[in-house]
Amino acid sequence: MTASTETGHPNVLAKAVREGLFAGVIAFFMFLLFVGIETYQDINNTLVWRTRWGLLAVFVAVAAVGRFLTVGFIKPHIDRRKLAKAKSGVLEISENKSFFHRHFLKIALIFLVLYPFLSLMIVGKQGSLKYVDNFGIQILIYVMLAWGLNIVVGLAGLLDLGYVAFYAVGAYSYALLSSYFGFSFWLLLPMSGILAALWGIILGFPVLRLRGDYLAIVTLAFGEIIRLVLINWTDVTKGTFGISGIAKASFFGIWSFDSGTTNNFVKAWGLSASSVYYKVFLFYVILALCMLTAYVTIRLRRMPIGRAWEALREDEIACRSLGINTVTTKLTAFATGAMFGGFAGAFFATRQGFVSPESFVFLESAVILAIVVLGGMGSLTGIAIAAVVMVGGTEVLREMAFLKVVFGPDFTPELYRMLLFGLAMIIVMLFKPRGFVGSREPTAFLKERKAVSGSFTKEGHG
Amino acid sequence: MAAESLLKVQAVETYYGNIRALAGVDVEVNKGEIVSLIGANGAGKSTLMMTICGAPQARAGSIIFDGEDITKLPTHLIARRRIAQSPEGRRIFPRMTVYENLQMGAGLDNLKYFSEDVEKIFALFPRLKERQTQRGGTLSGGEQQMLSIGRALMARPKLLLLDEPSLGLAPLIVKGIFEAIKKLNQEEGLTVFLVEQNAFAALKLSDRAYVMVNGKVTMSGSGKELLANPEVRAAYLEGGRH
Repeated sequence: MTASTETGHPNVLAKAVREGLFAGVIAFFMFLLFVGIETYQDINNTLVWRTRWGLLAVFVAVAAVGRFLTVGFIKPHIDRRKLAKAKSGVLEISENKSFFHRHFLKIALIFLVLYPFLSLMIVGKQGSLKYVDNFGIQILIYVMLAWGLNIVVGLAGLLDLGYVAFYAVGAYSYALLSSYFGFSFWLLLPMSGILAALWGIILGFPVLRLRGDYLAIVTLAFGEIIRLVLINWTDVTKGTFGISGIAKASFFGIWSFDSGTTNNFVKAWGLSASSVYYKVFLFYVILALCMLTAYVTIRLRRMPIGRAWEALREDEIACRSLGINTVTTKLTAFATGAMFGGFAGAFFATRQGFVSPESFVFLESAVILAIVVLGGMGSLTGIAIAAVVMVGGTEVLREMAFLKVVFGPDFTPELYRMLLFGLAMIIVMLFKPRGFVGSREPTAFLKERKAVSGSFTKEGHG
Repeated sequence: MAAESLLKVQAVETYYGNIRALAGVDVEVNKGEIVSLIGANGAGKSTLMMTICGAPQARAGSIIFDGEDITKLPTHLIARRRIAQSPEGRRIFPRMTVYENLQMGAGLDNLKYFSEDVEKIFALFPRLKERQTQRGGTLSGGEQQMLSIGRALMARPKLLLLDEPSLGLAPLIVKGIFEAIKKLNQEEGLTVFLVEQNAFAALKLSDRAYVMVNGKVTMSGSGKELLANPEVRAAYLEGGRH
């Protein structure tokens, strides 16, 4: 028994060779037409083809060798490690974690608070624009959106593919009310949230009886409806042109960031003119909004409504038999999730100064949902990490100009973004099917905390 | 003894689409009784249980609980009248811990009596105490059934509905669970309405019982009477005896 799991055992090696050859054959036929043959136009503008046997050979070799190594060495190694772990009796979540592990959240928060200053110190004002705005603010917006969607998908278990609709409602609420009536950001921020929550309830009513796939389709349609209304209701929304010149947020009405005003922040503090101060200010605004979202989520999970959400995700019928009103439970989940989407939308509008339906396409919903799923549904930490990886990854790709040296001047790394995301997702889902942080943190403890990894438990059905 | 009626099911008809699952069922459960409902697969036992809980609702007839007509109430309001159910297939919350599952049961009173009641449950099912930090989905079948009953009891029910508590469990565990039900009935005066395929164990435990065939109640009587009845013996007991 044990002998066959050892590396280098003839059985395993023979199997690895067989599977490697098999993978090579499959790869040969799969790539024969895609890679092995190339079409191009010759001088007479006729389409001709030539073969690329060398490249095809590389593809086949990679597949065969990869499969050989996986079956022959990597798989037995992983199996042995798992076996050793199981024998030692230590569960996946052990009590003795490293200092960094235990204080991860505090360290991350301190880092975020200091982040703009660190960036200013290291790369100066002009360089900071990129790091604070493109990385900091951009990532935090997605963290907030994903945390908002997490309430609907992660906690209440209602698959929502149209979350971007609430983001759009929030953004347009701010853009329209501010440009038509001149209300300030701090007044419109809560109002955008409330309006988005209202739309959350409006969406909630027709989908109360739906679950799973059916719910996903209807929410997807809802997201598209909102976008189409924004495009076609040109009298109000200016259609595809979008709304530009949206007012900047002020420092609670004390200082303004518009140049030329008397209470201009830069003048008031005697600083040299730069847009970086506004970006740093926005960074702290979105950071505060994120913290609010996290705080509310954590608090709600310990309250009856939060428990009801989680119970609803696990088993709807059991919920009802325990006296939980599933109608209000679902509606509050939609409304709460939508509200945070609305906040994020209002913030997005004031940060961009311009909104158009372009920003609220289905792909946005998909990216936000991908962040939630990759991070681990229900886990705030996991989702934040996933947002950093996904959104930060996109920005990093833009920086990869040096790759042009390798792949030629026509190579634009951003275009490979979705390819890399797809790859990353498949890998994460293969090795961590429940996301980065897959185990659900209990909300109630009696004495000691002894958690069993979530991967040992079955999914709820119902 | 003047029996006081707690649950009265009168001429109830339930349909799934156009298919009639219950064809005029009359069942009565008095306070402090253990009443069981036995019958073959597909007789409509679970449908009656679900109809009492309002999902699906009865299309004809009435269900009176504690003097109030609950026929047309939505499920969660029926549950708030203190009818607790341990549903078929247990339906515990798999990713929540045992402790959290029990908390969910005590939601009606907003956990007011939680710490008091949870000790009672742990005394009744000591296994749950050992497993309290474990996730529901990691429990064995018997433990899940205990949890399901425990969760129902946390609601301080006037009537406990048990749908096939012995389903898929080893005889020894079934015995333990039935003993716990007996104990609750005798010591706390809990009224229990039990649906079972394990007719022998159910009839032995019950004060009264009903036999259901094709959506109709065909026989009723005390547990002892039915155990002695040759028809019941032939249909449900011979060969199936534990």
